[in-house]
Amino acid sequence: MITELGHFALILAALVACVQAVVPMIGAHKRWPGWMAVAEPAATAQFLLVLISFAALTHAFVTSDFSLRLVVLNSHSAKPMLYKISGVWGNHEGSMLLWVLILSLFGALAAWFGGNLPPTLRARVLGVQAMVGVAFFAFILLTSNPFLRVAVPPFDGQDLNPLLQDPGLAFHPPFLYLGYVGLSICFSFAVAALIEGRVDAAWGRWVRPWTLLSWMFLTIGIALGSWWAYYELGWGGFWFWDPVENASFMPWLLAAALLHSAIVVEKREALKSWTILLAILAFGFSLMGTFIVRSGLLTSVHAFATDPERGVFILGILVIFTGGALTLFAARAGAMQAKGVFGIVSRESALVANNILLAVACFVVFVGTLWPLVAEMLFGRKLSVGAPFFNMAFTPFMVMLGLLLPIGAMLSWKRGKIGRVMRQLAPALGLAIAVAGLFWTIQSGRSLLGPVGLFLGTWLIAGAITDLLSRVGQSRDYSRLLRLPRADWGKAVAHAGLGVTMAGIAGLMAWQQEDIRVAELNQPFELGGYEFELLGVERVRGPNYFSTMGEVAVRQDGAEIAHLYPEKRDYPVAKMPTTEAAIDYRFLRDIYVVIGDPQQSGGWTMRVYIKPLANWIWAGCIFMALGGILSLTDRRFRVAAGARKAAPAKGVPAE
Amino acid sequence: MMRFVLTLGFVLIASIAQAVQPDEILDDPALEARAREISQGLRCLVCQNENIDDSNASLARDLRLLVRERIMVGESNEEVVDYIVDRYGEFVLLKPTTGGWNWLLWAAGPLLFLFAMATGALYIRGRSRATASTEAGLSAEEKARLEQILKD
Repeated sequence: MITELGHFALILAALVACVQAVVPMIGAHKRWPGWMAVAEPAATAQFLLVLISFAALTHAFVTSDFSLRLVVLNSHSAKPMLYKISGVWGNHEGSMLLWVLILSLFGALAAWFGGNLPPTLRARVLGVQAMVGVAFFAFILLTSNPFLRVAVPPFDGQDLNPLLQDPGLAFHPPFLYLGYVGLSICFSFAVAALIEGRVDAAWGRWVRPWTLLSWMFLTIGIALGSWWAYYELGWGGFWFWDPVENASFMPWLLAAALLHSAIVVEKREALKSWTILLAILAFGFSLMGTFIVRSGLLTSVHAFATDPERGVFILGILVIFTGGALTLFAARAGAMQAKGVFGIVSRESALVANNILLAVACFVVFVGTLWPLVAEMLFGRKLSVGAPFFNMAFTPFMVMLGLLLPIGAMLSWKRGKIGRVMRQLAPALGLAIAVAGLFWTIQSGRSLLGPVGLFLGTWLIAGAITDLLSRVGQSRDYSRLLRLPRADWGKAVAHAGLGVTMAGIAGLMAWQQEDIRVAELNQPFELGGYEFELLGVERVRGPNYFSTMGEVAVRQDGAEIAHLYPEKRDYPVAKMPTTEAAIDYRFLRDIYVVIGDPQQSGGWTMRVYIKPLANWIWAGCIFMALGGILSLTDRRFRVAAGARKAAPAKGVPAE
Repeated sequence: MMRFVLTLGFVLIASIAQAVQPDEILDDPALEARAREISQGLRCLVCQNENIDDSNASLARDLRLLVRERIMVGESNEEVVDYIVDRYGEFVLLKPTTGGWNWLLWAAGPLLFLFAMATGALYIRGRSRATASTEAGLSAEEKARLEQILKD
């Protein structure tokens, strides 16, 4: 019964979205206030209906209702509760329901916090948002219905893929979707502005918090996925340049660019058409990510949704929305003339450079991801584009970005002086050179990667601190730091976070140490100054798996510093094993231990890694997200997002 | 989401062995280092975008052993890679060659960068020479609203 209610609510939501996509748009065109006003209650109703639908599906998973096809395929009664819930989105149909839930959530948020938008703009934003919604409701109901029953329910389910039964991965998709789908609001704002035919400073200010929010969620989502890969896949890789990873990374790069170009729109009323284009492309790339993941076009091995019908449907959505928006852009972009004036050396120019680097980096990822397809279709060559290509082609742009960032971030608006900024940044530069030099001499004869990464990391972190300190001015009154706008803190924290991540990536890639051997019981061995000893191996039983658990003592200078329990698990229902690496997390390095199979000659295969600065990669992402949160709580944004009660009533022209 | 697909890839190649095994490792550390370097550039054919050095698949193990065999015969890194490409096609190369139209793949980023730099430079020059007169383009009503929003 509850399931049927959920199904029904989803259909109703689709109908509400149809109304919301048409009525407010006509209202905005004809300037009929009553028709425009339909948008807000419709957005709220749409969200509540999808929420009911999602709750119904969750209920089915939680109560292990095996009369539902989706539950049978992705759940099991013995599965821990957390994974019963995360199982809701651990499959194609359920994840699409999560997708529309978030889409309608953002629509509702825009309705609730859009009080101070001009009525026509608000009606159009919500109308465009609902159009995207209609397409995805149709997709779910026609090709991927999660509420299908089975005629003869089995006694138990087939369990969720064990690799997905992990806390990191349980929350990875919701965050990623919040980011992907959050960009839909920027898209709706861009299209609505194109229909209105005007983009001004206020528009830039309205779009920024939404971009910031999506970017922040994308950052967290990508970091969670990468962290999961690090500890779960058994050798500590954190990024594989896989098409599916790239699909999430491209919107992140574009959202970061959009974040910065919207600042120029707000401050200087310049870069307007470029910002609109970015907003369209950022969401377009999100849609493309969905398409890549679910069509099976680029990944030869996949099981999410191999159905070509679904792939074609999403391709249709992608073409209609991105194509339509770009056509509208081509027709209207000419009308948007830049207004502000700024010098060649200025913060504005630095932000243009930021956009160039981020957009080109995104383009490199895009070309690399799609090239195997192009090569096969046009030249009949079956080839691969893997990590070595991306590392070579992508990294230079990130290095340039890192070099320019602290300088650009401190240049004055309108007309800056490089000399003045460089004088302020001299200590930061000196420190960065010293750190790089130190590590260059220590490592001797290896690649440049480590020192360059640490140089950039130090330069970015010290640069962010310099930026904050410069705001204190000559007064040396450091309490002023606390009174700085939160957005300034957000900027510094996020930029420093990028530095932390860069240092972490370089450190891990340059100085990782590895040892692979057959470890005999109670026979210590050494790696990187640490002594490891396998003390014992036990068979352990978990809630829905069996585990071979090793016990490893790690010693430094004879004293034990860690006791690790690497596991190899077997999930009998899903019939597959997973490795659970045991990691001793420390500030400067991780010790990463993996246990393998028993050997006939006695002993177990063991892999031990020393991974310098590994945690910095994700710590930096946390800093970046934190910077986003700080900026979002800045008073100006709260006002711009319309959270203030007094704002809507006055000063809005009656259009 | 991205991870789901990757993981589901792993399902299909359910592990028999685990990446590099102790019994594969060559006695000479210098030769082993070369083998590892070569392995990291070769794609496991049955996996999803994984190199044979990291892969658990049995085919990857066969390839790893083959790489070591060729190294022991005394071939250079390039000869080993050529040997494997001859048998498995250029699909195994994770780093595509620059041959044929592939130059476009490698040049795409730098070319766009140059183009974007030129466009950006022209735009910035235009902005620095523009007169500020157009800034008064708002109507009084719009100005009032803008001011109110910015003031808040």
